[in-house]
Amino acid sequence: MNIYTRRRLANSVVMSLSVAATAFGLMWLVLVLWTLLWNGFAAITPALFSQMTPPPGSAGGLLNAIFGSVVMTLIATLIGTPTGILAGTFLAEYSRGSRFGEVVRFINDILLSAPSIIVGLFVYELMVVRMGHFSAWAGAVALAIIVIPVVVRTSEDMLNLVPSALREAASALGSPKWKVIVMVSYRAALQGMVTGVMLAVARIAGETAPLLFTALNNQFWSTDLNAPMANLPVVIFQFAMSPYADWQVLAWGGALLITITVLFLNIGARALASWSTFKQ
Amino acid sequence: MPADIAVVQRIADRGRNAGAIGDAVFRALTFGFAVLVLLILGGVIVALIDGAWPALRTFGFGFVVTEVWNPVTHKFGALAPIYGTLVTSAIAMLVGIPVAFGVAVFITEICPIWLKRPLATMIELLAAIPSIIYGIWGLFVFAPFVQQYIQPAIIDTFGQVPGIGALFAGPPLGIGMLTAGIILAVMVLPFISSIMRDVFETVPAILKESAYGLGATRGEVVRQIVLPYTRIGVVGGIMLGLGRALGETMAVTFVIGNAHRISASILQPGTTISAALANEFTEADSDIYLSSLIALGFILFIITFIVLAIAKLMLLELQKRAGG
Repeated sequence: MNIYTRRRLANSVVMSLSVAATAFGLMWLVLVLWTLLWNGFAAITPALFSQMTPPPGSAGGLLNAIFGSVVMTLIATLIGTPTGILAGTFLAEYSRGSRFGEVVRFINDILLSAPSIIVGLFVYELMVVRMGHFSAWAGAVALAIIVIPVVVRTSEDMLNLVPSALREAASALGSPKWKVIVMVSYRAALQGMVTGVMLAVARIAGETAPLLFTALNNQFWSTDLNAPMANLPVVIFQFAMSPYADWQVLAWGGALLITITVLFLNIGARALASWSTFKQ
Repeated sequence: MPADIAVVQRIADRGRNAGAIGDAVFRALTFGFAVLVLLILGGVIVALIDGAWPALRTFGFGFVVTEVWNPVTHKFGALAPIYGTLVTSAIAMLVGIPVAFGVAVFITEICPIWLKRPLATMIELLAAIPSIIYGIWGLFVFAPFVQQYIQPAIIDTFGQVPGIGALFAGPPLGIGMLTAGIILAVMVLPFISSIMRDVFETVPAILKESAYGLGATRGEVVRQIVLPYTRIGVVGGIMLGLGRALGETMAVTFVIGNAHRISASILQPGTTISAALANEFTEADSDIYLSSLIALGFILFIITFIVLAIAKLMLLELQKRAGG
């Protein structure tokens, strides 16, 4: 075999392997989604949305868990979004090139990838131990701590994409810097920032680990934020690990609900980002 | 007239002062929230040390080198979960890195432009699927498959080889460290491949074109031009994936088997730090048990912090070089 054939052969081997790797990656996506649809659809019934989580061996739904997940996600987003946007504003508008800004950015990026179970431990020590009981508030705060780094990062990135000429034009008209930021930068970066918030919500919608020791779980309907509250991820965890067939079916139904929500948010966020006013 | 000018001047001054006050307030506000980000990290460290202190004081350094984990006799050691965390992450990296590399090469070098975006999005959606979904899928679909097809094949082939046979010994249980590692590989794949893709895109076209001009094949361009140019970024991406794998909780908890022991065979059940926390935390019935679990969390935090910090520094280095 001459060198020419050998190089051609090596090349086609490398290229085929890379195609195979991509197919392998996509295969998992298809497999996971397909099983979810297959097993989840059987569980999607009116009862799923109208009845409470049942005791073992009887039929029921996930209403209290769906409610709890929605409430805690909402509170977490309400806490995390303004916090994240303001911190991101500081990084983008006030700290270009400063040492302090670099440190905050670095720490934020670490928080972004830090294990979520650690956040759960932190909130457990911070709130559950002091209050003496598990609560929906603690769950919401744990989720908010996961939202914050995502929103900080996207807000900063989006504000950095706003052309300086816009800011300079507003400053030349005599507006103070805070007005330039609020009236010009925020408006220009709005789409991108909404994308960031959507991605953050998608991230916490399925988070389980931090809720295990903060919101815990509740078999009954509860709207008391000071008490343990049911939520989809923890219910799925409990039901899937159980030996009861009824519970496992409900777990699949819940898993399908979460996945559809998360994929919908993700694809929506991406669509929104691709119409974004400014591109890198 | 001069009086009028003075009035205008005064109004203008007032406006400027109001602006200055507004500026100071807004700056302080954003600064406060930036500080909050630091406080969260500081709070995590303080809370973990505070919670872990009783266990660390009782067991001392022995905590990290002891395998025993006995809630009844109140004897706790972190070696088994640490071992499980490292082994599952190692398997995840062994499987995940080559696949992520292949995906990144396919997307940047081979695939037609119209397919690039949809393909990249689909791979990234793998990262969007919540960890608990991988868990339930792993338990009900993947583990039985592994038990029936993959593990018997491995045991029959590698299990007989002297030397490494011990790594693949034992009955095919389905759940265990290998299954957890493979699921982890799928979960970190999108993180690693999207960073590899980003850094591959930073290679100047002129470098690649020069190589093609000299007659290099695509494979040679990737190996001899793209990889050397982006080495730091690639390693940074791998470290970021490793950081994710180390701390991943729910998916692992479902399929690891939760056994506090160290088995030579990767087919056997084990446990990881995060799985132990998820399983046992709400069941911990004594203060020292709880504190030992928090101490596990503290160890996990230190390991992931170091790995993620190295990842971040490497990626920053690449950015600086690309900018400079």
